[in-house]
Amino acid sequence: MQLKHYPLLLALGLLSSQAQAQTDNDALWMPKKNLCGGIIYQHGQWNHYWEGTFYRENLNIGTVSSKMAMAMASYGINDNLNAIVMLPWIKNQASAGTLIGQQGVQDLSVALKQHLLGRTLCGKYYFNLAGVAGGSTPMTNYVADYLPLSIGMHSTNGYVRAIADVERNKWYATATASYMLRSNVKIDRTAYYTTEMNYSNVVRMPSVANMMLRIGYRLNADKFVELIAERMETIGGFDIRRNDMPFLSNNMDALRTGIAAKWALGKGGLSLMGSGMYTLAGRNMGRSTMLSLGAVYQIDFNKKTIITN
Amino acid sequence: MNKYIFTFAGLALTLSSCVRDREPFSLDFPVLAPLNTDTGAGSWKTILLSKPDDFAVTAPIAVTAADYKLELHEITERQKNKTAQDEKLLSYWGAGTVLRWNEVLRELVAKYNLPPVQNPDGTYPIPSSANPLAYPAFPFANPPYAARAYAYVSAAQYDALVSANFYRQKYRRPVPSQNLNSIVELIPVSGAYSYPSDDITAAGAAVAMMKLLFPGEQANLEAKLDECINTMILSGSCTRSDAVAGEKLGRDVAAKFIARARTDRAGAAVGTPADWKKLESDAINRGEIPWISREIPERPPMLPLFGKVKGFLMDSLEMVNGRPGPPPSTNSEQFRKELAEVKSYSMNPNRTYFRIVHFWGDGVGTYTPPGHWNAIACEDFVPQRFSEVRWARNLALLNMSMMDAAICCWDAKFYYFNPRPSQVDPEIKTLTGVPNFPAYTSGHSTFSGAAATILGHIVPARAAAYNAMASEASLSRLYGAIHYRSDIETGMSMGKMIGNKAVLRAQTDGAE
Repeated sequence: MQLKHYPLLLALGLLSSQAQAQTDNDALWMPKKNLCGGIIYQHGQWNHYWEGTFYRENLNIGTVSSKMAMAMASYGINDNLNAIVMLPWIKNQASAGTLIGQQGVQDLSVALKQHLLGRTLCGKYYFNLAGVAGGSTPMTNYVADYLPLSIGMHSTNGYVRAIADVERNKWYATATASYMLRSNVKIDRTAYYTTEMNYSNVVRMPSVANMMLRIGYRLNADKFVELIAERMETIGGFDIRRNDMPFLSNNMDALRTGIAAKWALGKGGLSLMGSGMYTLAGRNMGRSTMLSLGAVYQIDFNKKTIITN
Repeated sequence: MNKYIFTFAGLALTLSSCVRDREPFSLDFPVLAPLNTDTGAGSWKTILLSKPDDFAVTAPIAVTAADYKLELHEITERQKNKTAQDEKLLSYWGAGTVLRWNEVLRELVAKYNLPPVQNPDGTYPIPSSANPLAYPAFPFANPPYAARAYAYVSAAQYDALVSANFYRQKYRRPVPSQNLNSIVELIPVSGAYSYPSDDITAAGAAVAMMKLLFPGEQANLEAKLDECINTMILSGSCTRSDAVAGEKLGRDVAAKFIARARTDRAGAAVGTPADWKKLESDAINRGEIPWISREIPERPPMLPLFGKVKGFLMDSLEMVNGRPGPPPSTNSEQFRKELAEVKSYSMNPNRTYFRIVHFWGDGVGTYTPPGHWNAIACEDFVPQRFSEVRWARNLALLNMSMMDAAICCWDAKFYYFNPRPSQVDPEIKTLTGVPNFPAYTSGHSTFSGAAATILGHIVPARAAAYNAMASEASLSRLYGAIHYRSDIETGMSMGKMIGNKAVLRAQTDGAE
């Protein structure tokens, strides 16, 4: 399952996309009338960040840590169309300084993933192509304008993503590209400075593009190990000024790398998942390291199981 | 199935673009058409000028002179070739020059309101006015600096406009459209006379004053002034010589305020390491816990000698006599009770408290609490349709009261030098940053008490609303767990006392 949660990613640089099966980020499929549900726990932290492009520490926040527990479910509407739902609870804290931490339920995301080109053999390679459309919206009235400790951006987002997957002898590579639009965000104050004064409580949120490449070894949809490279780029936004606070509409970019795995235990439908991500470079974000662990359980409502992949 | 996906994607994008189409970045203030032209303003009581004609304004050339006809021609030519950008500028500057320069000042305050980063050895650099563009940029426009900046700019504009009104009545040069029928008044032109232009007098005074206060912005300010002048000439409200005379008068009057600003002791308000040490040892000698910076590394206190700055409404004797009694001793039962109250807010934050704390936070990177009260005032002044001179007068009253509030508040803070709640009990976490100066009295409360009092006098229909806002601003510091109740209650009553000094001036300055 998947921690693809942009607002959070952008806000904290703590979380990262992870690659697990049947997410909105891979070309693997839940068979028709199969439901997969589970919980993922993730811990991320950073003690250095990029103020614009300037790399620094800040003794007044020390180490910022983020804990997340996320409920997720993925369902096969049919063999070529999956629905994916996620809802995280997040707790953010700083180890130094006086600022109080934040916690709560963040945004509900819903995505639909459609096969555009089914698993097709071409020479010795299997090809897969999928399209995803999704969106997320805040479930609670959490404080957005309190970076780096707010649990999200409080925007409602819509995104589309293309996924291409190629496989040979159980080795595979998956490439994804996505583009996300974000709604305006209302904050609690009536004026804020970006590169100019804005006499408004409305913040325009720049769009976000994301590209990812994953290479791995896959026994089937529930057993694989992969290496990840990810580039996230905010299209627009502004840099944090010297010694200023971060802001919602900053130009937040990140380049990350990591590893992820999923392993099914026996044939009972239970799988464990784990991942680790590290930030190589960034802009207006923390240099975060993240570890996650999760368990999902798959139920087949067809009575008979068909592994299609 | 593909079509579902794309319908869904389409919906998401459509929804998103609906929300994004709005233009939230500027307030659409209407063009100013004053209800009362205040033709008698030339006799209103000035602040630093001894009389309205302290600075000479030479008599204008006759409206029949060839040079003047060329000036009228400039207007008609500009009006014939008006562009879409001109239209934007007309509606921008047409809302009022005092208003717009106040917004410019608020923007500069926000831009410069950033505390410097520490040096590698843990000390902090101090911004230098002699080298304003080097890091750390000068100034660090923190609340006391900002309060003083707002006061000087407003006060200089007010004196300059009183003088301009005096000369307009003296010289009685008719407004351009009276001298040439083909000139259209693209914005409402206030009064019958235009020499010197009140808009450009206000602009000239503001720019000269702001160049002192924000020396790194000289080029931007001069460019903005050119834009203002050209727009006002285009509008038909003044000719080139009306503008030139106004600009000069504004700068002349500002020079008087600049000279005062150079000697008002604000330049020494940073203090020295010896001053900082003495504040601490004095508190210890009184048997109290001294204030310690909550920042890491410890940052020297913000402008500890600002309490010695020369005020506008109160002299230093009045200020010392008005100094509030001490806060509860850090050894007292009362102190423990108040600390426990702060802690209860820290332990039980809710969304409403966050909203209030952040609405009134006005911390780093913002226009500060005095700037917030300027924003509140301006929004309420717009529908009042004041003349420019009355706009300046009302903002001067507001801002002089807040500068004096800053002085009195800083005097108390550094006289008593008491600790913040989170210093005494490190378990107290805060909903906003802890300001880098002692707790007693609360700056927010003192500013807000002063502002609500004078604004309630200027716009009586809103008096109750201002008091409610001041009370909320004040309590926000308790909800945020950065102030004790004593800080905010004493600050509020001190602020109201200072606000009443401004009311007293308002009642006797000839404008009411």
